[in-house]
Amino acid sequence: MTRNHQLMAAGLHLGYAEREIVTDLNLTVPAGKLTVIVGANACGKSTLLRGLARLLQPSRGAVYLDGKPIHQMPTREVATLLGVLPQSPIAPEAITVADLVGRGRYPHQGWFRRWTSEDDAAVAQALSATDMAAFADRPVDELSGGQRQRVWIAMALAQQTDLLLLDEPTTFLDINHQVEVLDLLTDLVKTGGRTVVVVLHDLNLACRYADHIVAMKSGTIIAEGQPNEIITEAVVHDVFHLTAHILRDPVSNTPLIIPVGRHHVAKVTAR
Amino acid sequence: MTILSLETIAIVRRQRLSHARRVTFGLLSALLLACTAAMLLGDFPVPALDVVQSLFSPLTGSANRSVDFIVLQVRLPRLCLALLSGAAFGLSGIIFQTLLRNPLASPDIIGIAHGASAAAVFCIIILGWSGLSVSLGAFAGAMLTALAIYLLAWRNGVTAYRVVLIGIATAAMLSAVISYLFTRARLFEVQQAMAWLVGSLNAARPEDSIVLATMLVLVLPLLLALVRGLDGLELGDDTAYALGTRVEITRLGLMLVGVALAAFATAAVGPVGFVAFVSGPIARRLMGGAGRGVPQAALVGALVMLASDLAAQHALASVQLPTGVVTGGFGAAFLIWLLIASGRSGRVN
Repeated sequence: MTRNHQLMAAGLHLGYAEREIVTDLNLTVPAGKLTVIVGANACGKSTLLRGLARLLQPSRGAVYLDGKPIHQMPTREVATLLGVLPQSPIAPEAITVADLVGRGRYPHQGWFRRWTSEDDAAVAQALSATDMAAFADRPVDELSGGQRQRVWIAMALAQQTDLLLLDEPTTFLDINHQVEVLDLLTDLVKTGGRTVVVVLHDLNLACRYADHIVAMKSGTIIAEGQPNEIITEAVVHDVFHLTAHILRDPVSNTPLIIPVGRHHVAKVTAR
Repeated sequence: MTILSLETIAIVRRQRLSHARRVTFGLLSALLLACTAAMLLGDFPVPALDVVQSLFSPLTGSANRSVDFIVLQVRLPRLCLALLSGAAFGLSGIIFQTLLRNPLASPDIIGIAHGASAAAVFCIIILGWSGLSVSLGAFAGAMLTALAIYLLAWRNGVTAYRVVLIGIATAAMLSAVISYLFTRARLFEVQQAMAWLVGSLNAARPEDSIVLATMLVLVLPLLLALVRGLDGLELGDDTAYALGTRVEITRLGLMLVGVALAAFATAAVGPVGFVAFVSGPIARRLMGGAGRGVPQAALVGALVMLASDLAAQHALASVQLPTGVVTGGFGAAFLIWLLIASGRSGRVN
């Protein structure tokens, strides 16, 4: 099974109305890897993700999926190859978990292909993977923020696409659920051979889980590559305007960022 | 981690399907009951058997001409018009409410009914029209108002919130236009315009139902082609795109269908208030999340319209109320309940 779909941006400019947010950006998403986009607030990381997911029309440049400009491909066809979890999806009132996750099957259905056992299997698998199986017939309204987030991830999983783009999927989650979600995404990459792109806030988790990390600042990529190679004190300072020490994560042997603020600094460490 | 089996999820889905079927069956039964009542009740008592005989008289030949007249020319056209217009209002309401993700977004709240009303009042008072030409004017008014709201709300695409706000503002503005037109009118014209504005089935003729039914049949294929798009659109634009929905074209098409349905129904019976507004939420509540409830909203709309018309005719022995007065009272109570209920759950939509 060859699943290596190629997603790349070339000379990409993205913005809303007059304001340009992403400028002249080039990126090739490594196939079969977990790519994490990091950066300070308003650096354009979510905008880039929306552009890659064809949710935002570029003002210049283009995004290519398997060599074809993604904005010119039929959106239904894209939806069978590339799944997206946007930042703030809306759950309709009273909808049940199974029903919402089932909506992920939309691109696989049509007038002549209605609901089949294959769809049931995809929903069951997505609910099991996100540990939401026990909640299948519960209304989404009644769930906690973290459970709701996992339902949305399950919906994107039910879409069964080889490429998966998620905008801050760990927001609202407790630390244990954050780790669970990232483990789940890693499973998809390692055993499912999928390509996953995630926007994350937590730099340490990003360093631990990313095969490929993309650091952004004011709409451009400052550095990209393996976390061990590119996440240095200089890059962190450049991207976040933050003085930090970088240690080895004792668990994963990846960079562990220790921020240095103005207070609670026991040992003065001048840079 | 619990592993969910294929069978479990199939059972969950089948339970929801059978619930949806029960709701549909219940609504159909209630409708049948209301239809029977509508055919049997009236100032001129007709035995049930004679009503049935009259219904078949076009085939079997007439037994009693005056009974035939009452059954076929008075009660049946009124019943059919109530069912058709109610269903159209119900569909229009749930399309807008789902599309704009807001129970307040029904065409009788966001100004489309007001557009029809203002145009009709203009036709009656300024142009001195009556009858079918007023209906055509009302239809044009509804379509034009919807277009204006859509264009005013457009800013690199249409957001639900802007449509609702601009719609409510438009409704207020058009109400002012109606009030202004009244100040310039003679008493007789005001009476005629008021009768139209309240909305009534008193003047139902067989032709009205035929025209409305034809229009509905023309619109339904478009609705059927687009209705699946609602599943994506109600999750937000980004999610809809992500799932492969062609967002702008689907939304525009569905809005067109919703406006056309509201405009046809309003042209036929006047802006009977709140039927479009209450049908969707009632249908959804009955369904309890077991589907999007579009056909059920049509049934609820027909039922609300017919039951209100029955109440309007028979609740007070001495007077016949216009149907719109009953739906208005019912709808206002429902609106208050909805606001209280959504306030309690802390949810605006």
